[in-house]
Amino acid sequence: MQLDSKIPEGPLSEKWKKYKSTVPLVAPNNKRRIEVIVVGTGLAGASAAATLGELGYKVKAFTFHDSPRRAHSIAAQGGINAAKNYQNDGDSVYRLFYDTIKGGDYRAREANVYRLAEVSTQIIDQCVAQGVPFAREYGGLLENMSFGGVQVSRTFYAKGQTGQQLLIGAYQALSRQISTGAVKMYNRHEMMDLVVVDGKARGIIARNLLTGELERHSAHCVLLATGGYGNVFYLSTNAMGSNVSAAWRATRRGALMANPCFTQIHPTCIPQSGDYQSKLTLMSESLRNDGRVWVPKNLEDAKAIREGKKTALDIKEEDRDYYLERRYPAFGNLVPRDVASRAAKVECDKGLGVSPTGLAVFLDFSSAIERYGKAEANTQGLTNASPEEIKAMGTKVVEDKYGNLFEMYEKIAGENPYIYPMKIYPAVHYTMGGLWVDYNLETNIPGLFALGEANFSDHGANRLGASALMQGLADGYFVAPYTIGQFLANEIRTGEINTQSAAFEEAEKQTKSRIDRLMNVKGNQSVESFHRRLGKIMWDLCGMSRNAEGLKEGRRLIRELREEFYKDVFVPGNADDFNPELEKAYRVADFLELGELMMIDAYERNESCGGHFREEYQTPEGEAQRDDENYTYVAAWKWDDNEPQLTKEPLVFENVKLIQRSYK
Amino acid sequence: MSDMKLTVKVWRQKNAKTPGKFETYKVNANEHMSFLEMMDVLNEQLVHDKKEPVAFEHDCREGICGACSMVIDGQPHGPLQATTTCQLHMRHFKDGDTITVEPFRAKAFPVVKDLVVDRSAFDRIIQSGGYISVNTGQAVDGNSIPVEKDVAVKAFDAATCIGCGACVAACPNGSAMLFTSAKISHLGLLPQGEIEHKHRTLKMVAQMDKEGFGYCTNIGACSAECPKEISLENIARMNRSFINASLTTDK
Repeated sequence: MQLDSKIPEGPLSEKWKKYKSTVPLVAPNNKRRIEVIVVGTGLAGASAAATLGELGYKVKAFTFHDSPRRAHSIAAQGGINAAKNYQNDGDSVYRLFYDTIKGGDYRAREANVYRLAEVSTQIIDQCVAQGVPFAREYGGLLENMSFGGVQVSRTFYAKGQTGQQLLIGAYQALSRQISTGAVKMYNRHEMMDLVVVDGKARGIIARNLLTGELERHSAHCVLLATGGYGNVFYLSTNAMGSNVSAAWRATRRGALMANPCFTQIHPTCIPQSGDYQSKLTLMSESLRNDGRVWVPKNLEDAKAIREGKKTALDIKEEDRDYYLERRYPAFGNLVPRDVASRAAKVECDKGLGVSPTGLAVFLDFSSAIERYGKAEANTQGLTNASPEEIKAMGTKVVEDKYGNLFEMYEKIAGENPYIYPMKIYPAVHYTMGGLWVDYNLETNIPGLFALGEANFSDHGANRLGASALMQGLADGYFVAPYTIGQFLANEIRTGEINTQSAAFEEAEKQTKSRIDRLMNVKGNQSVESFHRRLGKIMWDLCGMSRNAEGLKEGRRLIRELREEFYKDVFVPGNADDFNPELEKAYRVADFLELGELMMIDAYERNESCGGHFREEYQTPEGEAQRDDENYTYVAAWKWDDNEPQLTKEPLVFENVKLIQRSYK
Repeated sequence: MSDMKLTVKVWRQKNAKTPGKFETYKVNANEHMSFLEMMDVLNEQLVHDKKEPVAFEHDCREGICGACSMVIDGQPHGPLQATTTCQLHMRHFKDGDTITVEPFRAKAFPVVKDLVVDRSAFDRIIQSGGYISVNTGQAVDGNSIPVEKDVAVKAFDAATCIGCGACVAACPNGSAMLFTSAKISHLGLLPQGEIEHKHRTLKMVAQMDKEGFGYCTNIGACSAECPKEISLENIARMNRSFINASLTTDK
């Protein structure tokens, strides 16, 4: 199979401009007759559905949630990047583009990433106009902060709840279109299969989660904005409902899954506390702006802390190892996520971990509290403030900046982070891999588009902080509404798509038999227990570091687990009813296939890049060692139960020189 | 890590048409678990015994999506202030406790199953006017609309509402005034949203009434139980706006 990325000709900075002014359009009278299905209503889906509704298309939007406002985009804390250069610190579209390509360890497409950087500025304008309450300076203008992996302040934020505010903005825009009838909203409906008619994506089979009824929905094209698949690891920062099923069903219908092994392990999460846990909680990366990461220098101190005989406060300054500052003086605590995560693992592997499980490092705010306190004392003209007063003033500043995050930490960990440093450990957070798409965000199935985290396109092998929100909204508001014109301009004579065709019939029948199969196993083990076991295999063998042997073993273990699943899973209740256990069951069934593909993809990529760290390929200092000569490509996989097939899309870099990524 | 032996009384109801009742279960938990993790343990137990697990809504488990929605010992989201059920941890309970768990109860929130209720009325209130009418691509530069910091903070505080419905469940009248007023305040305080403010207020209040939510009698339970501590000030602001809009609008 040949993959055509359909990147427009011309210089990098002109491609999108030219594309926009030459892409075929659909006239307003025809838009009214063209139907579009949008699956998923997070940032990418809600913004796309709203925008397409505004443009005049007939949109049907689907979410498995009870309301579009619950999508997992809502949990993003930190912020959203945009190349506004409001801070006059040398930012530009090119710099955002460059940072993103470099941050992704040179495994993303130049043209897509440049377009993302280009539209980033429009996103901020759009969100402000919608009433998103971004943080402001005293002069009334928008405030920025810096984030990991960059040296400028280009991140816009709304306290620690940026995702929530952006999603509510998109949800409100969507609600407005629902009220006019431009968008028909299907809450509590889950996509069970993609329907392909004569080679084109023409609809979906959806399950009404309240009644269990299977429904056929047709359209001229289908947009998947269904998020990432981090929950294949069972424990992740993803919401409990986040799943791969929509994208995986598309894969089973012939769409290609690209770079599935590129997973982001986020460095600052609250460590696991017990086996009953099913969900990990992120502490925003923005905390690394002011928090310093450290472990004790001595093994004895670490042991004493683990056993509860000492606390962080007992460790003298000279006995602390601020290992990120030591190893990466140029970026310090603000190195990208993949680098910070691996460094934490290295320290804990040495036995320097500081939680009872040995899997945690400190994130300490005492320096920041002192620094802010002194600045505040200066501003107030207090020349002889006592250390306690300075601390109190500094604490107040930190509270204003990160109050809700500190509160959340205290609720979960039961320890006051203003006094004791936070304990953090890396956890699965985001998946850079996803459905293969071309420049139009169209998959290899004509008429099937993938937006946001569901596609693979912009983050290469590692995503920089505050760029997931940017990509979701870029795809939904500003990219897909243009690029689907390319496909739909040829559909104006097609007429309504009939849901009684053989393809719909067949897809519905297959869905029903899939559900029946799961209900009829009537085994002895819960869905949850299988998911937990899958997660452990993934984390141990396809997690923060991987090797060929482990990946081979992992693939074997997953195949065995899958077999056991279909022999011994127990799904209670009925299929024609509201049945959350059944929902879990068919999602886990899909994870059991995706997990195998991730093992295969990681095994095949004989290099280390970004979040994909193969132990066999590292520099003498333990950094990721890329192999540009052999692996500068996108690995796009066609699923097959026995031997998935790989198609390579070579990545061509015309503007950026590939160098060893260094943050030292 | 200290273990806790709990008795949990859970409301079980097949659907809106079938009457529900309390069932009593024994659960072994520990103090580090979140409340929902304790419910997971219970469900795992039920599945193990080939029984149907308790249906409850949850998703992000970080206190932000607004999905979780139980009434615990008579209080929406349980005993801890400014905390959603998913962020409530068992260290706030004692070994041997009996805990009662019910769905949010309100006329406008019919029960779907067990602890799950239908909160789509909130979506319809937003659809009636809870937005700023701006199409994609029409916006001016973000910094061309300066907003005074204090105003931005107030708008933000109102906008932190997670749409969970605890305010309705807490209110003896089943009123949605806190939810509706938070949205009206969030948008109305900002210069971008001020233009449609009157019209928005009238439409959203009308929809709220149509959905069957009760009236506000200034009890304040809504704000006390709100996991995001949305202030009663918003209701006062909405009432003023409503009167003003009713008297002065020419629509």
